[in-house]
Amino acid sequence: MAKPRVALFITCLADQFFPQVGECVVKILRRLDVEVTFNPEQTCCGQPAFNTGYRDEARTVARRVLDQFDDADYVVAPSGSCTAMVRVFYPELFAEDPALLRKSQELQKRFFEFSEFLIKVLKVEDLGARFSHRVTYHDSCHLLRELGVDEAPRKLLRKVQGIDLVEMNDHKLCCGFGGTFSVKFPEVSVPMGQDKIRAATETGAEYLVAADGSCLMHLAGLIHREGLPLKTLHLAEVLAQR
Amino acid sequence: MSETGVYSSEIHTSGAATIANPRLAEAYRSSTLRLFNHRLQAIGEVPGFERLREVGRELKRHTIENLDYYLSTFADNVERNGGRVHWASTAADVCRIVVETVEAAAAQEVVKGKTMVGEEVELNQALEAVSIRAVETDLGEFIIQLAGERPAHIVAPAIHKTRKEVSDLFVEHIKSERTLVPEELTSIARRALREMFQKAGVGLSGANFAVAETGTVVTVENEGNIRMCTTVPRVHIALVGIEKLIPRLSDLGIFLRLLSRSGTGQKLTTYTSLLTGTRREGEDGPEEMHVILVDNGRTKALADPKMREMLYCIRCGACLNTCPVYRKIGGHAYGWVYSGPIGALVTPEFLGIGQARELPFASSLCGACREVCPVNINIPDLLLHLRAEAQEHAPQHSKSLVSERGMFRLWAWAMTKPGVYALGSRLARWGQVLLARQGWIRKIPAYPVSQWTKSRDFPVLAPQSFRERWKKL
Repeated sequence: MAKPRVALFITCLADQFFPQVGECVVKILRRLDVEVTFNPEQTCCGQPAFNTGYRDEARTVARRVLDQFDDADYVVAPSGSCTAMVRVFYPELFAEDPALLRKSQELQKRFFEFSEFLIKVLKVEDLGARFSHRVTYHDSCHLLRELGVDEAPRKLLRKVQGIDLVEMNDHKLCCGFGGTFSVKFPEVSVPMGQDKIRAATETGAEYLVAADGSCLMHLAGLIHREGLPLKTLHLAEVLAQR
Repeated sequence: MSETGVYSSEIHTSGAATIANPRLAEAYRSSTLRLFNHRLQAIGEVPGFERLREVGRELKRHTIENLDYYLSTFADNVERNGGRVHWASTAADVCRIVVETVEAAAAQEVVKGKTMVGEEVELNQALEAVSIRAVETDLGEFIIQLAGERPAHIVAPAIHKTRKEVSDLFVEHIKSERTLVPEELTSIARRALREMFQKAGVGLSGANFAVAETGTVVTVENEGNIRMCTTVPRVHIALVGIEKLIPRLSDLGIFLRLLSRSGTGQKLTTYTSLLTGTRREGEDGPEEMHVILVDNGRTKALADPKMREMLYCIRCGACLNTCPVYRKIGGHAYGWVYSGPIGALVTPEFLGIGQARELPFASSLCGACREVCPVNINIPDLLLHLRAEAQEHAPQHSKSLVSERGMFRLWAWAMTKPGVYALGSRLARWGQVLLARQGWIRKIPAYPVSQWTKSRDFPVLAPQSFRERWKKL
């Protein structure tokens, strides 16, 4: 069988703030004998504008994405949120343009969140990773509820050697990031984040791990401001550890 | 500002005040958690509850799509059973019809069962204006009536009150003895209300369901007060939102299960009343039954093929109990009578988006509401739709140099030009050295990031972006 050709959708957040997440994804996929490509034409999926109600601006950005991955068997993104944007909300965004709608529906079938891709498509659980720490996994909402992915990241984490994976209370509760909600309602977003950090800390975990850089940026920013000992990592960063 | 008093921007100040008030914050936290857990347990006992939700949704969808037919069938059947049907387009219509009916019955007192439509149209104020005394007989409603407040929750209107506060209200308003024992507080209310049931000439109720096939008004409750309101006084008035219709009596069982298990975690509420027409020979019940079918903004939602879905709501309150935002900011922050995720849909839809612009944004779009909705309303999707509507009808702020839309236009332009995007990120990296300390920025004075850095640090841009590093990977 020919190597599957996987195009990365690295997300603007990882591109600018957390490039190491992208590198870990590349490392893991290459170990699994996948041909990885990256189209530098990509920028953002358009979600910030879409979630804030600016649909025209979102469409302007999103329609470029539709044409950027024609030659790939799969598109993989290290984010449940951006994947949900493409898979769930693009068809809504392009509902009134039959050609673009068809294109988005076609892309939808090939577009996967990273952990989901490993479990569902490549059908691997054990990546040979080693990480001897207590870890708790935070379900990011779009990954959990728009894509219905809750077991895939846990399956992958459980196979990590030395890991002590513990569940926190209310692990399905939102961390309070919510895109522009985080700056429109900081007075609510912040206490939600504090609850999440408390729940994670109560497990005795050293690391809070999630599959979305946006939740992690919010939580890590709060942890750093408050000088707390909890550390955050993206799922791919844990899975790439040897 | 609206006549109904929605100040949607106050959601920020009111919400923050609740968060900062340890007593209120704890009341909301513990009560919503209790209801949330009760629901979880109750639905776990029903095999195939998921299927039940789908069936409930489909029934509601069908009814709303054919509402004209079901409304006229229902109205015909109410009249056939000896009831009288009134159609009310607006809040003012509802109040006028109620006042006229009470006056025609020569009644000075009205006992009320819990009705959200009554809250919505501010019926108590309208009755008070013509010197008719309206007494809330639901314990929670009774408490907030004494306190002069709006309901803080669709199902549990006094969810935010502690027993100490309830006791204080009773001492002040009904001169009762001071007690913190819940049973004794209930007895105090019961004694005060019992007297009113006997005196009142008119009983008023809402409706949980309206069965088209039989012309039956269905109410569910735990205190028995609604049954008293609808059977003891000579005249019964039922306020029925037009979305309350269900086709057949045989559909009712599905909705009773969905409602009671989702709302309070009960198998069935203690009382379920099926009110079909006026008193018959040898039975008790009211001599007159008036059913007021209320629009008040509902047909506006009906006319929008997307927003129509919100009319499937059976007002169980489960979305409030699960919502991390409602749990924090509480019900009053939503500015009107409906709160939580469903309130963020209902208020802008019924009153107009201009009156409640902030509400659709008061959500992290986490989807927890959709997960518990007994009729699977895609609440986050509808909130997104309303956000788009809110931006389309955004007032133009001529004073601000950079509007939000302007910022997003600029952003969209940059995002479609990878060269501009890459250049922008390089400039930002160069600029951030002035602000960065060990990988974090403590304060960025420019909106919207300034809102972020109020309580959170902001990460610095990586020394090299992924696209730059890719070349070497």
